[in-house]
Amino acid sequence: MIRIEPRQTQSRAFAVGVPILSAVIALAFAAIPLLAAGANPIQAYGEMYKGVFGSVFAFSEVLTRATPLIFTGLAAALAFRAKLWNIGAEGQLYLGAMAAVAIGSGVLDVPGLLLLPLIVVLGAAAGAAGMVAPTYLKTRFGADEVVTTLLLNFIILIFVQMMLEGPLQDPMSLGWPQSAPILDQGMLPPLIERMRVHSGLILALILAGLAQFMLARSVWGFRLRAVGENAAAARHAGINVKRSLFGVAILSGGVAGLAGVSEVAGLKGYLTSDLSPGFGYTGIVVAMLAGLSPAGVVIAALFIASVFVGADSMSRAMGVSSFLADLVVSVSLLCVLVGSFFARYRVVRASTTRAAS
Amino acid sequence: MKDSTVLKLNGLSKRFGPVIANDNVSLTLNKGEVLALLGENGAGKTTLMNMLFGHYLPDSGTIEVADDSGFLHPLPLGHPQVALAAGVGMVHQHFTLAENISALDNITLGSEPLFAVRRNRRAARRRIESIMAQSGLNAPLDLPVGRLSVGERQRIEILKALYRQARVLVLDEPTAVLTPQEADALFENIRMMTNEGLSVIFISHKLREVLAFSDRIAVLRHGRKVGEMATSDADEKSIARLMVGAETPELASSRMAPGAPVLTLSGISVTGRSKRDTLNELNLTVHAHEILGIAGVSGNGQSGLANVISGTTEPEQGLIKVNETNIGAPNPTAMVRAGVGRIPEDRHREGIVGAMSVAENMIIERLDDPDVQSRGLLRREAIQDNAERLAKAYDVRGPGVDAPARLLSGGNIQKLILARVFERSPSLILANQPTRGLDMGAAAEVGRRLLEARARGAGVVLISEDLDEILGLADRIMVIRDGELHEAPSRDREQIGLMMAGEPA
Amino acid sequence: MMDILNILLSESFWAASLRIATPLIFGVLGALICERAGVLNLGIEGIFVVGAMCGWMAVWLGAGLWGGVLVAALAGAFFGLLHAILTVPLGLSQHVSGLGITLFATSVSYYTYRTALPNVSSPPRIEPFQPLDLPMLSDLPFLGTVLFQQTALTWLALLLVAVVWYVMNRTALGVALQAVGDNPDSVDAQGLSVYGLRIGAIVVGSALMALGGAFLTMSAFDAFFFGMVNGRGWVCIALVIFASWRPGKALLGALLFGAFDALQVRLQTEIGALVPGQVFLMAPYVLSIIALVVAARSADYPRALLTPWFKGQR
Repeated sequence: MIRIEPRQTQSRAFAVGVPILSAVIALAFAAIPLLAAGANPIQAYGEMYKGVFGSVFAFSEVLTRATPLIFTGLAAALAFRAKLWNIGAEGQLYLGAMAAVAIGSGVLDVPGLLLLPLIVVLGAAAGAAGMVAPTYLKTRFGADEVVTTLLLNFIILIFVQMMLEGPLQDPMSLGWPQSAPILDQGMLPPLIERMRVHSGLILALILAGLAQFMLARSVWGFRLRAVGENAAAARHAGINVKRSLFGVAILSGGVAGLAGVSEVAGLKGYLTSDLSPGFGYTGIVVAMLAGLSPAGVVIAALFIASVFVGADSMSRAMGVSSFLADLVVSVSLLCVLVGSFFARYRVVRASTTRAAS
Repeated sequence: MKDSTVLKLNGLSKRFGPVIANDNVSLTLNKGEVLALLGENGAGKTTLMNMLFGHYLPDSGTIEVADDSGFLHPLPLGHPQVALAAGVGMVHQHFTLAENISALDNITLGSEPLFAVRRNRRAARRRIESIMAQSGLNAPLDLPVGRLSVGERQRIEILKALYRQARVLVLDEPTAVLTPQEADALFENIRMMTNEGLSVIFISHKLREVLAFSDRIAVLRHGRKVGEMATSDADEKSIARLMVGAETPELASSRMAPGAPVLTLSGISVTGRSKRDTLNELNLTVHAHEILGIAGVSGNGQSGLANVISGTTEPEQGLIKVNETNIGAPNPTAMVRAGVGRIPEDRHREGIVGAMSVAENMIIERLDDPDVQSRGLLRREAIQDNAERLAKAYDVRGPGVDAPARLLSGGNIQKLILARVFERSPSLILANQPTRGLDMGAAAEVGRRLLEARARGAGVVLISEDLDEILGLADRIMVIRDGELHEAPSRDREQIGLMMAGEPA
Repeated sequence: MMDILNILLSESFWAASLRIATPLIFGVLGALICERAGVLNLGIEGIFVVGAMCGWMAVWLGAGLWGGVLVAALAGAFFGLLHAILTVPLGLSQHVSGLGITLFATSVSYYTYRTALPNVSSPPRIEPFQPLDLPMLSDLPFLGTVLFQQTALTWLALLLVAVVWYVMNRTALGVALQAVGDNPDSVDAQGLSVYGLRIGAIVVGSALMALGGAFLTMSAFDAFFFGMVNGRGWVCIALVIFASWRPGKALLGALLFGAFDALQVRLQTEIGALVPGQVFLMAPYVLSIIALVVAARSADYPRALLTPWFKGQR
């Protein structure tokens, strides 16, 4: 007979080992779909490796891809820490991006130096608004935020399409649903000459560092952790649970909004309705792989960005569908989830005849 | 065949990690007999019965159960279904009823084939009704259990076992949630059932009811059986000595002259989600140097009263004064600032954040204090020093102050909470079921701290379902019923019992 | 105003409503069974995709329509089993596991489709279910026409509403499922298996969800597209709260939703010039949120929902 017992200690080895092992298992698992597609897995892994580490440009692409994932990963990690299930980073990303192009494309007459800070602030504010609304519905009416944020993703995406065919449409786009470009002074400067990686990455790293510090060291972080781990005890101890939830909602939504800002103002320059290939959803996987630690988010985002960039490059070389990357990412999430079980519990074999020694 | 054996436990042992819960315990139960299994909290009574019922697997030992014709057979261990089928029924302290289905469905649950297209509810109802008539246990069968009273739920639990043709019935602390009068009625029903041939083990730590209602007594201490005797040969003193090892040290409870009022509640009303947290124009005054005991049957507004005093519920009407100052907008922080120390009923749910460290849990109520934080950042060294000092002073033992609080034992969690509360020298202490689930030593420590605080000049509101605890500690006793408080005119157990049941005293 | 009345009185409108409601009926019933047993299944969105893809592909490979339905249900059951293992014996976060299943099921479906059909510009079509002409019923006035236009899968959905209602309310199995979602200890103490009941409920519920997906490719349309499920699974999760976990109200909720969706399509053609088309596209999602907000406060959640249960730990 098998019994499950909670572990009496928390092992640091598990905290680090589980995500790494999950990543490895997920990559190894990819051999099955590769074989099913008639591809040689060894060759495919080689192509993926080349796609990630083959050149400076290749790796700069990984960094470019990781940038929005750090933002959305942080958004999920912060909210999940407070047990606020923000599944709406995808929508909040678009809200941020919309705010960025709405202001950045020359609608407002803002002095050049102020434009970029304004874009960043309002983009974050738009994203935050996208999370404050569901948090209000949760605290006021008890409407489950998982469902409302999920549904809001669809609503916001349709709204973006409406705006891109309406007020935000670029008059020069010949009817194509895209926004006017952001003015040059509103763009996040590139980091390396002739490559796409941009200073949005720096912003993301600073935010991750700040979040890590605040969670561990600040009273604000203390409250957030207490609310997430045991809201009843936090409330009994005099912590204003609602205020903490709204605080983290603003932050989580704001960071997700910045993902959108960073994508339009750092990379694309203008907004289309296919700006994000699911960065918001992938951010959830990033956060889970990171064990909800902001510093871990950076590493997890780099891993997942590598999978996507590597799979893209492998797909071009070998003709295997690049949906392989999504498969690897989802399997790594399931693995890390199972791993969290073994980090918390031990499986003990209990025999009926064991003597009480 | 009154003396034929129906159940034998042979040398059962069970340990959980380093803790020995049962050590080589053997018991026999005869047909038609009421055996009382007596012991302090943590003596291993419940573990023993959980092994009998297949919830836990013993590390060693065997169990034998008699069949219909009285022959003993070994019982395969670790399978509740097998124990059920062998005629062993158990009524847990925490009821195992689904509240969204009817009593009838709860009783028949698991006794019908799951994949049958039709149920024979009529036959089931007839059988239950005949069992009710035989045993005197009555309960409405068609209402969702969530709408029934605690007493009715307990009767349904017993009916569940009888419906499964239990020949051995185990009752785990059956009177914990009943008034003394309801408890008497229950024991009368049990007597009716044993006359029909049922054998009963009832687990208790209340000497009085054990002496009054059992045929035989077995006493457990620290997981060992330390004594067994016919009830006719037992007296209160000798069993108490067996239970606790030596005579219980009497808590020094000489009265003190009450001082100024530290808490006044006047006309407090709360409409709660259930009867547990509903209050009806409740009035109460506690003075300095006074312990006010609140007795009552579980679920009569104790939660509501505790919530109001701890600040987690804002009453719809009424006034709260702490130290003769009005509390305008009651909330936990305002109450803590006003000098109220709160020991919550459910220490795991409300007392601690299990995933956070012991040190963090020790400062969670005063995050705004300058010795805990400066400019929004935690002062980690000060927090650490504070924790180490308190852990020492209050004897909080465990893997260290940096370890998650959930790793502490129940007694040590309570000590953590005591440290947090008493460290601030509160002028009023709310202690809601402060010793529930604690072992003797930890419980005595709680009592000692409360008396110490009283001596220092604090007022204490002690809410407890254990009348003995209240009689042992409180200077004054009030009874809560239906969200109203009534002063007990005397310390007479019988009279308080009647007040708890709502009859005019 | 007259226009709306005319629409509401037309047979084709109600036929369309029932058609739109059908996948939601499957989905809400599936979610209802899972949640009644105490487990939230956010894998629903991905299981819809799997059902749509597998059902379609089985038919495309020559399995026959009912063969496709069976394959879809089995595929849904498989992903349900995965969710069940993670959330029941392992007791892991139902939220995260469900989202993981959705991502996994979706990517498996897309990858398989893309690998099987690497270079198609327009998705290959199959011969879908045809409207079912039941001799007696289709002669009924009004209702006959509404029902006459429906395929066998819609009939199956309606039949399942009755079956699920009967099982939940009239059988020992249903009582046990309700009990395990309220207080697993009650079931365990009576010798029934908490794990067995919960795992079974999730597997069966997920199979129903997959049928909702299969309806999309085998009845509503005749091909598989990326993104065709488009949030229908999430809508079901909102509707099941609106339906307070009752099969009859689930049918009502799905029908109301279908009617509203059908109405917006017709209004779009009437007053589409005045309002951007996206407003109508948004409406169903907004409606779901409103339904959720209205129902949430009085919702009687299964008490054990989201709470894992481990044997021998009480």
